[in-house]
Amino acid sequence: MQILNPLLNWIDARFPLTTLWNEHLAKYYAPKNFNFWYYFGSLALFVLANQIITGIWLTMSYTPNAEGAFDSIEYIMREVPWGWLLRYLHSTGASFFFIVIYLHMFRGVLYGSYKKPRELIWLVGMLIFLCLMAEAFFGYLLPWGNMSFWGAQVITSLFGAIPFVGDALVEWIRGDYNVTGITLNRFFALHVIAVPLIFVGLVIAHIMALHEVGSNNPDGIEIKAMKDEQGIPLDGIPFHPYYTVKDLMGLAAFLILFCAVIFFIPDMGGLFLEHPNFSPADPLKTPPHIAPAWYMTPYYAILRAIPNKLAGVLALALSIAVWFFLPWLDRSPVKSIRYRGWLYKTALFVFVISFLLLGYLGLSPTSPALVLITRIAATLYFLFFLLMPIYTTLDKVKPVPTRVSGS
Amino acid sequence: MKKEKGMLVWICACFVLMVCDFPFAYANEEEVSLDKANIDLTDKASLQRGARLFMDVCSGCHSLKYIRYSTMAKDIGITNAKGGVLDEVVKADLMFVGDKITDPIISAMTKEEGVAWFGTAPPDLSLEARLRGTDWIYTYLRSFYLDPKKQWGVNNTIFPDVAMPDVLYNMQQQLLKEPGGQAKFDNAIRDLTNFLTYVAEPIKLVREHIGIWVMLFLGIFFIFAWLLKREYWKGVHSAREDE
Ligand code: HEC
Ligand code: HEM
Repeated sequence: MQILNPLLNWIDARFPLTTLWNEHLAKYYAPKNFNFWYYFGSLALFVLANQIITGIWLTMSYTPNAEGAFDSIEYIMREVPWGWLLRYLHSTGASFFFIVIYLHMFRGVLYGSYKKPRELIWLVGMLIFLCLMAEAFFGYLLPWGNMSFWGAQVITSLFGAIPFVGDALVEWIRGDYNVTGITLNRFFALHVIAVPLIFVGLVIAHIMALHEVGSNNPDGIEIKAMKDEQGIPLDGIPFHPYYTVKDLMGLAAFLILFCAVIFFIPDMGGLFLEHPNFSPADPLKTPPHIAPAWYMTPYYAILRAIPNKLAGVLALALSIAVWFFLPWLDRSPVKSIRYRGWLYKTALFVFVISFLLLGYLGLSPTSPALVLITRIAATLYFLFFLLMPIYTTLDKVKPVPTRVSGS
Repeated sequence: MKKEKGMLVWICACFVLMVCDFPFAYANEEEVSLDKANIDLTDKASLQRGARLFMDVCSGCHSLKYIRYSTMAKDIGITNAKGGVLDEVVKADLMFVGDKITDPIISAMTKEEGVAWFGTAPPDLSLEARLRGTDWIYTYLRSFYLDPKKQWGVNNTIFPDVAMPDVLYNMQQQLLKEPGGQAKFDNAIRDLTNFLTYVAEPIKLVREHIGIWVMLFLGIFFIFAWLLKREYWKGVHSAREDE
């Protein structure tokens, strides 16, 4: 270490390395009561890195045109040394990214992390979520399987519902009258460079915003309100080493699940890699049942529940957009679910069930009876947000202590 | 704390229920019930019999374009004691078209011929087991029945109006004359299905084998990470305990 000091001084005189290290790790004071739900931020960073690194290596052997795309995926699976591992890391990584992010967002809801002063962390997070969906959608076309093709065909056609400009817009997005090799080419460009650039920029902004105000915690208590003589929060501990070792443990547990899927059930019974995608894109052969990947199905179910196309598309857009308004819809004086009353807890419980139900319904073919259930679930989904200002005002909350509890 | 754990249990339960229910059917699978193929990818003799049958009967129409003769031969054990591929055996017994052993398994029938003769070109079967499923192939090949209304005089219970003739008909009739003939036929189909399942993902056994080591490593890694965390966190007490 001693020998490195002059080097460090040399760098510090030219670049704020030590300052950055201290601000974000060694002297970033995080609440000491983080629990299970707080692993998912660092796990999201890990999965992001995994997607980028495996993505670069996949790109080296992938052919981004209609003639070669499907073949090149099989070439990667069979002929490229360890290509199968790269591909499964990337395809399983996409699904796990959504699992991690959904749990990460749910943590925000549980503990009111989106509330003042963390609104911007939440808004940037929502932009990241949009990026993630765009990234997954563009990536899904690249294997050029039959489900890739028909999925892209259906989703791009949704823009056609927009009055007046719809049809022109669809053509502009596809670059052709239909989804073709031209569409594949541009989706490739968007998937490998455009969206990831924005994505990474937003993640940096997300963490900067977080470190500006400091982390929330399972008690929803602002630890900065109680500081010692040196100005260090009484309930804070330095992120490094405490949370670096704790997150390392979380990563190990995560990797066990992640690798179990990769090595033993990479297609997850058709959920992570869909069966129809093992035959190449064929504009003449519509799969018997077109469904998007599982992580999009709640919104897809909402779209399908509404008979009018334009109204369906608007509902779909709204079902995602409402999340942006959460910080202002929630009027409760407390943040954490621990100190909220039964009204909020019931609302959240009903919401979670309807969200999962929508996801499930969006996967399977519909029938009239299922449409009715979907409509009920979709209504409950929206009511969670629309009624939030009311039930969070009426809710009887418990007094919040000044110091955090043990985790 | 209790409430959140309860919530987590609920969510996990819902998730498990959803995954166990597996509604994500293979194409066409929705209504029909399939027979279990009960294949065994480690059974090399079965894979070899399956390869043999495929080359004899199916390869006239269907390709396996994503796999090479040499890769196949190596994986299903047509090798000498040192693990080298027995080129001559492969060429004599399994290769009816193509000249190099490193060639992919391509049928002599062109797409145009296929369309002209059957109305639809016989599809490549490299990925059939991942597209339709192992049990589907097994059931499909055993579900042909006589139907004089059709071009080839046959139809199929799980693939109505199929354009493929019942190419195994003669073999089946021959076997049915012997005692236990149906079982022998089923076994031959099982071998063929086994082979096609191998072809759909040749790396599968290697993947699972590596997976076991990866799991062992990660298990140990987790224990050390946990011990490290515990060591560092020894001094951290709950704030309310401090007071
Ligand atoms: C005489 C030519 C011919 C031979 C020999 C033949 N098939 Fe076929 N096969 C076809 C045709 C044509 C189709 C397309 C059927 C359709 O789409 O209606 C087909 C379809 C199939 C399918 C379904 C593909 C799908 O998912 O749509 C499978 C599986 C299959 N064949 C397996 C076999 C096997 C195994 C053999 C060897 C025992 C074999 N075939 C021999 C002509 C043949
Ligand atoms: C690539 C995607 C993302 C990455 C890498 C990421 C990363 C992180 C990290 C490292 C933290 C701090 C650790 C933690 O609290 O768990 C954090 C906190 C947070 N994130 Fe994200 N995040 C991502 C997406 C999102 C999304 C989609 C949202 C919600 C819309 C979101 C909302 C939040 C909030 C509100 C916090 C503060 C939580 C608190 O202090 O309690 N993030 N994020």
